[in-house]
Parts: sequence; structure tokens; C-alpha cells
Amino acid sequence: MLLEAVGVRKFYGTFCALDGVTLAIPAGQFVSIVGPNGAGKTTLVNVLTGLVPPSDGRVRFKGRDVAGVGPVRLARLGMARAFQLVNVFPDLTVADTIAVAVVNRQRRGARLFASLRGDRALWDEVAALAALFGLGASLGRPARTLAQGDKKLLDVASAFALSPEVILLDEPTSGVSTADKHAIMEVLVQAAARLGIKSIIQVEHDMDIVFGYSDRIVALHQGRVLADGPPAALQADAEVMATVVGRARA
Amino acid sequence: MIGRAATGAALIALVLAPFVASPYQLTLLLPAFAYGIALLGLNLLFGTAGLLSFGHALFVALGAYTAAWLTTRTGVRSLEVIVLAAALVGATVAVPVGLLCVRYVKIYFGMLTLAFGMLFYSFLYKFYTLTGGDEGIRVLRPTLVGAPFADLDKVAFLIGPFYYYALALLVAAALLMRRIVRSPLGLSLRAIRENADKAAFVGVSVRRYRFYAFVIAAVFGAVGGTLLAVPTGLADPLLAYWTHSGNLVFMLLLGGFQHFLGPIVGALVFIVLQDSVMSLTAYWRLVFGGLLAVVVIFFPGGLLGLSRPRERSV
Repeated sequence: MLLEAVGVRKFYGTFCALDGVTLAIPAGQFVSIVGPNGAGKTTLVNVLTGLVPPSDGRVRFKGRDVAGVGPVRLARLGMARAFQLVNVFPDLTVADTIAVAVVNRQRRGARLFASLRGDRALWDEVAALAALFGLGASLGRPARTLAQGDKKLLDVASAFALSPEVILLDEPTSGVSTADKHAIMEVLVQAAARLGIKSIIQVEHDMDIVFGYSDRIVALHQGRVLADGPPAALQADAEVMATVVGRARA
Repeated sequence: MIGRAATGAALIALVLAPFVASPYQLTLLLPAFAYGIALLGLNLLFGTAGLLSFGHALFVALGAYTAAWLTTRTGVRSLEVIVLAAALVGATVAVPVGLLCVRYVKIYFGMLTLAFGMLFYSFLYKFYTLTGGDEGIRVLRPTLVGAPFADLDKVAFLIGPFYYYALALLVAAALLMRRIVRSPLGLSLRAIRENADKAAFVGVSVRRYRFYAFVIAAVFGAVGGTLLAVPTGLADPLLAYWTHSGNLVFMLLLGGFQHFLGPIVGALVFIVLQDSVMSLTAYWRLVFGGLLAVVVIFFPGGLLGLSRPRERSV
């Protein structure tokens, strides 16, 4: 099993955000975590990515307990994350943004005297990754000058640059126009296939995206797993659909 | 290209300065060279890593006192040995101070560095037998590459061999810092400055890299402090005082912290300006306060910010 959560509970004071969540994600799955606001989706992703430790339970990645280990160690183990809000380095160029991830993946982020300028292999890899995400023409542009959709893609591209085995995406299409959503998802799925990413886990509100791309959907409600199965099974369950989306899907 | 040409022209002018400038003008450049080195370090911390230290004078003072101790109390006169010792002392002190400080960011980091600076000032002031108290310790004339230049009087020594020694050290420090800024560490530090949370998620060890930047900055500060003490012939507690740290930050803002050569330009302009204003009025601090306000409000990019908007990418 690639990623496992076993009996995970998370309390914020007396509020229980996650209540005994158990989840096992093998390689080869595109998993969407859905649920109404306050269901615990982002908390679950935060726990799975080691950003916050669970109050109880265990999180295992490739068999190792990774609860609360922090993002740097998780990145080294092979798990990456992109955020709901656009999360870039505003004054760094597209090339530099991706290069930061690449050099740190290669464990040479602390090298003092190595010159990056003449590192052809690095910049070739950076250019290839940028091209994969449609950012090949923007390599020299500071991230702050990109359109919102491109910023999202850059955020994801820098996570992909870590060559992770699992990537967690928190609402990868939020803040992006409806027209751009599917384009972003297509880029993302194709890039994942090209880079050999074993599993994608996303939190998503847009059910068209969820049903269009997922192999499996985990529905959360009030911190508990309400349903866990393939899209067709979820769609067939009117009660779950009503809870998750507020209405039965036509 | 224009930047390179201007830098080259400025360097040639500095090399030729001893042939055309007066001894007074040349002695004025010496502290600028020393501050230039110290500020290259401070700017790695602030301009590159985004951490503003209000206690960098601690390390400048450490360098000066290392020179004072070695020349007066151990008989070591070789400036090469003194510079290396100062770098070592600076790094040694920076390790515990940095480990504590880099746990914090923004104003908390600034205040903590200020506190350590003042702690060191108090130490220098109170531990008379060790530090000479408020009188400080004399810094004897060092030898340069083994040569004592005994036949030269103090001014001739300073504006001759020492001038070129300090300039060469400044150039070497600038080249070294340029290498660091363009290294993977430099890129990682810029990522931390821009967005530390995001940096952590792409595998950057934020606290560890901030610590490395702190130690490197301290080494540059201490080396600069060594050169600062030689012309004055004295290491005294005021070198560690918070107003001295404030001056360093002012120089950085004046030159432009977003530009690699901003610290050196800031040091040069500050020293020349300070001398000019001091000769005109006793209220020079008032003038400098107003000038700082003008720079921050109207020219946040400093003097070099007027010519080029931002740093280049790697």
C-alpha cells in the first residue's frame, strides 16, 4: 500500500475535524476527496502530508509512519503537494521556481559554490517540465506576472519536479475559469502519466472534475468517511450524493 | 552589459584612486571597503533570505576585537591569519546565536539579533580585563602577505599597501558572494524569502538554510570588522552598539538590497555622505534620519534601484 491512514482523529480544541478516518491508497489510483464545507477534507490532506500531526491514529507512506514528519521529509520520501490557493514564489521566474524543486530533490540545495548557470542538465530538465505544463514560453517570467491558471500550473509543476510517487492536490482548479478547468486537469493527468506518478489524491468541489477524472471517490462528512468507492457507486447512492453535493446528480 | 561596464569602470577608478585622490579621500574609502564586505554578508541574510538583522554589528565588532586581541595580546601580526581567525570566530559565535535566531522570522528575528548584539556590547563594556572596557583594545599595524612595511608611516601604509589589500579583499569577497548567491543555496534562500511554506513543500530545509545564511553573513561581518579596525587602530564597544547595526541597515537600504552591488554602493555613499554632512553641521544624525525616510518612502530600491528594477534570475 502506498499511503494509509488508520483511525486518524484530529481535534482542534474540542472540535473534532477528523473522526477515525481509515483510508488505504494503492498505486495507480486517482482518488478524489469530496464533501461539504467543514467535512474535514483539507484537514485530512494536511494530516496525510505531515503538515499537522494527527491527535490519534497513524499515517503510513510506503510502510513508514509519517505522521507529522513535515513537508521536507515527505518530499524526500516521494510525496508532494500543491495548495488550494495559488502558492508560488512571486519574484522567482518560472525556470527558477521549478529549479528550486529539482536541486532540492537532488539533495544539492545547500551547495554553496556549485554554479547553477552552467548546469545544462538542470535547465534541460526545467525546460522539459515547464513545457509539459504549457509554461515553456514563460521560463524567464517572474511568477507574479503569470495568469491565474498558469500560476496554478506552475505550483503543480514545481510539485511534480520533485518526481513524487504520490501527489496531493488541494482544489487544483479553484480560482480558475470554468473554461480552463478541464484544460488544467488534462495537463495534470498527462504530466502525471509521463512522469510516472503512481497516485494522485485531490480535494475537489467541482463534481464534473471529480467524476470526470477519478478512479475512486472518498466522501467525507463531519470528519468521517461517508462513502468510499468508484464514481459509479457514489453516483448511484442518492443519500450520499445529497449529503456531498446537496442534490442528487442528474 | 551596462551594469558590468559600470562595475568595471568603478573598479578601475578605485585601482587608480591612489594616484589621483588625496590621502584624506583615500582613508575615507577604507571603511567603505570594510563595510562593503560586512554588508555583502548582511545582504545575503536580508536581500536574499529575507531576514533583517538588527544585530549584525556584533560580528563586525567580533572581527575588530579578534584583530585587536591577536595583534596586541598574542603578537600575531599577519593580516591573513587575522582575517582567517576572525572568520572562524565569527562562524563559531554565529552557530549558537544563529541556531536560536533562525527559529524566528520578521520582527522577532530582528529583535533577537538586536538583543544578542546588545548582549555582546555589554560584555565588551563590562569585562574590562578581557576587552579593555569602554577604552577598547588597540589594533596594531598588521603585516600584509608577510611584509611589515616598516619604512612607511601610518598614512602611507594605509593609503598604499593596505588600500590595495582591502580593495582586493573586497573584490574577492564580492566574487565569493556572487558565487554563493548564484549557487543552489542562493536559489533556495530566494525561494525561502519569497514563500517559506511553499519552499518547504518543494524540499527546502527552511530553517537549516536560514542558519547557513546566518553563519555566512557572520563570517563576512567579522572579516569586514577586521579591516575596519586596522585604519582606526582601535576596537571599542561602540562597534557592537545597536546604532552601528542601524547604520549597516541604512547603508543596505541606501545602496539597494535587491541588487548584488547595492551593499558596496551603499557603504561608499554612506561614508562619503557622512563625512560631508558632518563637516557641515553638528546635526548630521538629523540629516541622516531625514535621508533614510526619503530613501524608504521614495526610493525603496535604493540608489541602484534607480537604474535596474530587480535582481536577475539564476
